[in-house]
Amino acid sequence: MTNKDLELDTFPKLIRRNANERPKVPAYREKQYGIWQTYNWKDVYDNSRSLGLGLVELGVKRGDAVAIIGSNRPQLYWVFSASQAVGALPVPLYQDGVAEEIQFVLEHAEAKIVIVEDQEQVDKVLSVMDQCPTIEYIIYKEDRGMRHYDQPFVKSYAEVQELGRAYDQKHPDFYEVEAEKAKGSDIATLMYTSGTTGRPKGVMLSFDNMVTAGRLSSEFENLNENDKVLSYLPMAWVGDHLFSYSQAAQAGFSVNCPENAETVLTDLREIGPTYYFAPPAIFENMLTQMMIRIEDASSIKQKMFHYFVDVAKKCGVEILEGKPVSLVDRLLYKLGDFLVFGPLKNTLGFSQIRVAYTAGAPMGPEVFKFYRSLGLNLKQLYGQTESCAYVCIQNDKDVRSDTVGPPAPGCEIKIDEASGEVLFKSPGAFVGYYKNDEATAEARNSEGWVYTGDAGIMTDDGQLKIIDRAKDVGKLTDGTLFAPQYIENKLKFFPFISEAVCHGADKETVTAFINIDMEAVGNWAERRGISYTSYQDLAGRDEVYAQIKDCVEQVNRDLGIDSELAGAQISRFLVLPKALDADDGELTRTRKVRRRIIAERYGQLIDALFSDVSVVNIESDMTFEDGRKGMLKASVKVANSETYPAMRAAS
Amino acid sequence: MTVQDVKPGEVLLQVDDISLSFGAVRAISDVSFNILKGEVRAIIGPNGAGKTSMLNCINGFYHPQQGTITYKGQARSQMKPFEAAAQGIGRTFQNVALFRGMSTLDNIMTGRNLKMKSSLFSSMIWWGGAQKEEMEHRRYVEDIIDFLEIEAIRKTPVGRLPYGLQKRVELGRALAAEPELLLLDEPMAGMNLEEKEDMCRFILDVNDEFGTTICLIEHDMGVVMDISDRVMVLDYGGKIGDGVPEEVRADQNVIDAYLGGGH
Repeated sequence: MTNKDLELDTFPKLIRRNANERPKVPAYREKQYGIWQTYNWKDVYDNSRSLGLGLVELGVKRGDAVAIIGSNRPQLYWVFSASQAVGALPVPLYQDGVAEEIQFVLEHAEAKIVIVEDQEQVDKVLSVMDQCPTIEYIIYKEDRGMRHYDQPFVKSYAEVQELGRAYDQKHPDFYEVEAEKAKGSDIATLMYTSGTTGRPKGVMLSFDNMVTAGRLSSEFENLNENDKVLSYLPMAWVGDHLFSYSQAAQAGFSVNCPENAETVLTDLREIGPTYYFAPPAIFENMLTQMMIRIEDASSIKQKMFHYFVDVAKKCGVEILEGKPVSLVDRLLYKLGDFLVFGPLKNTLGFSQIRVAYTAGAPMGPEVFKFYRSLGLNLKQLYGQTESCAYVCIQNDKDVRSDTVGPPAPGCEIKIDEASGEVLFKSPGAFVGYYKNDEATAEARNSEGWVYTGDAGIMTDDGQLKIIDRAKDVGKLTDGTLFAPQYIENKLKFFPFISEAVCHGADKETVTAFINIDMEAVGNWAERRGISYTSYQDLAGRDEVYAQIKDCVEQVNRDLGIDSELAGAQISRFLVLPKALDADDGELTRTRKVRRRIIAERYGQLIDALFSDVSVVNIESDMTFEDGRKGMLKASVKVANSETYPAMRAAS
Repeated sequence: MTVQDVKPGEVLLQVDDISLSFGAVRAISDVSFNILKGEVRAIIGPNGAGKTSMLNCINGFYHPQQGTITYKGQARSQMKPFEAAAQGIGRTFQNVALFRGMSTLDNIMTGRNLKMKSSLFSSMIWWGGAQKEEMEHRRYVEDIIDFLEIEAIRKTPVGRLPYGLQKRVELGRALAAEPELLLLDEPMAGMNLEEKEDMCRFILDVNDEFGTTICLIEHDMGVVMDISDRVMVLDYGGKIGDGVPEEVRADQNVIDAYLGGGH
């Protein structure tokens, strides 16, 4: 690290450097009126400055919390740098959170100002204002529908920037002086965990954490100002913060915000990012979509697709990793690239990708290999909010589907011998949980090792393999290791299955809840002339059960090959009559299953799975898409599935 | 009489003693009502009551044999639909009437047709004024796309869209003409609950944001009572009720017409 880098220990300083050194380089883009609007680094600096000073004019003092709620917008990213420059603490929130989730965080963080995207969020914040007495102003970015809001504490983003510009005229040195006051050890941002286990916790990350994690990871992948990233994952997720803010400020590359959630795929294609990240669910979803579309294609296209996908399966990964491959295969792959893979990647917007990451949850090995075999440099990343999403990154030359790679530069990992839990030390390791010393002490031991809550093993050559959440890993009554997520991921590889929840800890056998993928199964049903009226109806069809049974038995066959887990095969399953939903608290906002809540809500169904009944009636609360609450009443069939004797893999 | 500017709350459209017959079939007989600037006015009634015929009279598609229609203080006799459109009356249809092979964007652009001034020649070479003009129109259309939240289907041929979205595109096209009076013929027919709620929100937003006066025909009583300022009820071509939703709901004639009593 040079002296010059040492001075650049906060984001406002990095952004000032970018504004000086590469003022005209695109920094943030957003699509407006169907056209990509570009803001260069100079614009980012100027806008952050006027916004930051506007906040000061509204009475923000050093240490005050500024909450951010909305989808990915350049103006909302500037709130980070603006508030950091004037010493305030930015707190991003999940924008699709229901009012009470938002209230909890706003109250806990003692937000003084809430900056939101549009009217919907303004309404949400107004509805919880009474419980959050610290809130003084709500600032909205989008004017639409805001004409009738005459509360003096509701202001527009532009209005605040105007205040800031006026303040700047009177106090031209103020902004820079304030920005210089920040040190690397100051808290840069407060990120709330998605709350897989109970209430969200506020993770305090210092500038040193975020800046260093961003710098080391940018250097690792040689990110530079010519790179492009599509920023579409929640701003409150640490991964997005690392990619779209920290690394962008470090490497000076451009962050592209999609028009809205529905246009992501179109925007992806238009932007053609060089650097891309997505949780496994998105890659899985794309694969499902792809398979549905291929089924609709003409038979010659179908044949071509399947033939070349088989070629890619055989040699695609080897070619990507630069390993020796026979000339015939190489030529066939080239032809496949011309006819299938190239156009396919182009359609998906993957043509220019140098590095793609998946993180947040384990990914089905089949899905992972599929993308890599197409020539997409997809790698796994391991980290959590507490580490700035930076603990392990896979090397280009050594990417495996079952490990998350060796410790990243600057990180150390060890496995707790008693519990099998993964512990790490890293430059990104968090400062502590906000207003929760007890939890901080639990998460970090006296030697500075941070507990991840993940069970893992270290391979002989130093790669980390994550099995499951440490607390989820259990044993069947006969002592067989039961790692629910491992089995669920195998199930979720099938396009028909969107979500699965396995049960089996301290039981004799393993059983599963299945969620069908409405689109894939619906399409399949239409093709076969099976009529259905609703999700619930479709989920209960015998034909669907038969399909799912095939999938489950395939998974059992796979498990049979894996000696350690062979005993944990699924003996009974049922298809849930409703999709597990974050609005009902069954999934986190990052779409991880909340086992405890599901176990409570569907206790009857679990009991039925471990008995021998074949139909069970349930009643459960559910939230409709328009937010109304209702009762779900259904009778659910329980099906048995074949299990297979354990056998050694042929290798 | 010249066209006047009408202020909110004043009469925008006055219909006096309209009668319309097709041969011996009397579609509308002696109906009078008015539409005030800035309101949401609903026309309801059982099937065949003459609701769509009434809209067709207003926008010049049918020519009533008797009675006058006064729009913005100007009485008119024989008007053609495009003249009505030029005067600021826009409409959507009961059956979706879009260009199925064209994209959402292009469909909405056709709504700007009356506002385009460039000559055929300069449009063909797309140079100078024509280019500038198209950009302005595109900007306006993009505003509508943003307003109706249909960015994701901007370039999708409308034939591939689900029905609810097609209805929304049709509303977009009507809005593109910047109408002062917007006639909506069953904007929510065949929609599911969620689509209906979306559409209600858009109708109210159009009324609020653009200040557009809206006259709609709808069968869903819940919707009508919720979003309309005033409701007129037709039955067998005659007016049997008119007033604010609560009055109409309580009117015995209306209840009879809907429940089949008295016939």
